[in-house]
Amino acid sequence: MLPLILFYVFATILVGAAIGVIVSRNPVYSALLLVLCFVTSAAIWLLLQAEFLALVLVLVYVGAVMVLFLFVVMMLDIDLEALRAGFTRYAWLGALIAGVVVLEIVGVVLSKRLGIEVMRSASPPLPADYSNTTELGAVLYTRYVYPFEIAAMLLLVAIIAAIALTLRHRQGLKVQNIASQVAVRASDRVRLVKMEPEQRK
Amino acid sequence: MITLAHLLTLSAVLFAISVAGIFLNRKNVLLLLMCIELLLLAANFNFVAFARYLGQIDGQLFVFFVLTVAAAESAIGLAILVVLFRERRTIDVEDLNTLKG
Repeated sequence: MLPLILFYVFATILVGAAIGVIVSRNPVYSALLLVLCFVTSAAIWLLLQAEFLALVLVLVYVGAVMVLFLFVVMMLDIDLEALRAGFTRYAWLGALIAGVVVLEIVGVVLSKRLGIEVMRSASPPLPADYSNTTELGAVLYTRYVYPFEIAAMLLLVAIIAAIALTLRHRQGLKVQNIASQVAVRASDRVRLVKMEPEQRK
Repeated sequence: MITLAHLLTLSAVLFAISVAGIFLNRKNVLLLLMCIELLLLAANFNFVAFARYLGQIDGQLFVFFVLTVAAAESAIGLAILVVLFRERRTIDVEDLNTLKG
């Protein structure tokens, strides 16, 4: 009974925060409410015994991606009023599509003939010494090792792309050219001139 | 007892909210990116729920990969956004018409 109550509490917070993300006037509030969404989702995933993913969601999303979002939001000086012009112009279309999506999924879930009621109850609770991280690692590094390496390569490409995109060279800045400084020789700097000594009268 | 129906409905509601958010904030690239993150979260919910109710861990691995791709996507998206703002001083989608024929 307690997990169900907790689920309803977290689901209410999650849906409320998600609505806040899309209607909030200020992008900073949107980003902070999205953080709330991720933390609440992590709590629900803990209820579903996906402990490692819950922690990864908090660490990677709240710790890295959302901080990146907040940095960008605060770095850009955006004219918010222009962006909010015509905010509700296509709201009816969005609400219509959202309603259709929910109706379709709920129809499938409630339908008796599609076989979802076979999974009405979850698998039995896992033993106390069960480690979700060990299980994930045992599968990740054996059966899914090629997808894992592709994901690593994808992250590397993403790093390089993000840096290459945002790197800029400003004109007129005084910078050191380390290579030419190191390669300099004494003969480039000091010139010894041989000249006749002056004759005193 | 939390059933699969609870989780699928919650994920559908979350997905619908983020789709509606894409329609509402269609001018603001920053909020579009946030809505896409929310949309991927809703999809991840289904993976975690089915991993739990089918008793298989493979669903959780898919969440792992989706998180990787989503992190890469948001990093590159934000980089493009910063470059865009530097060039045009705006992030309005309707001003991005340079490639229009």
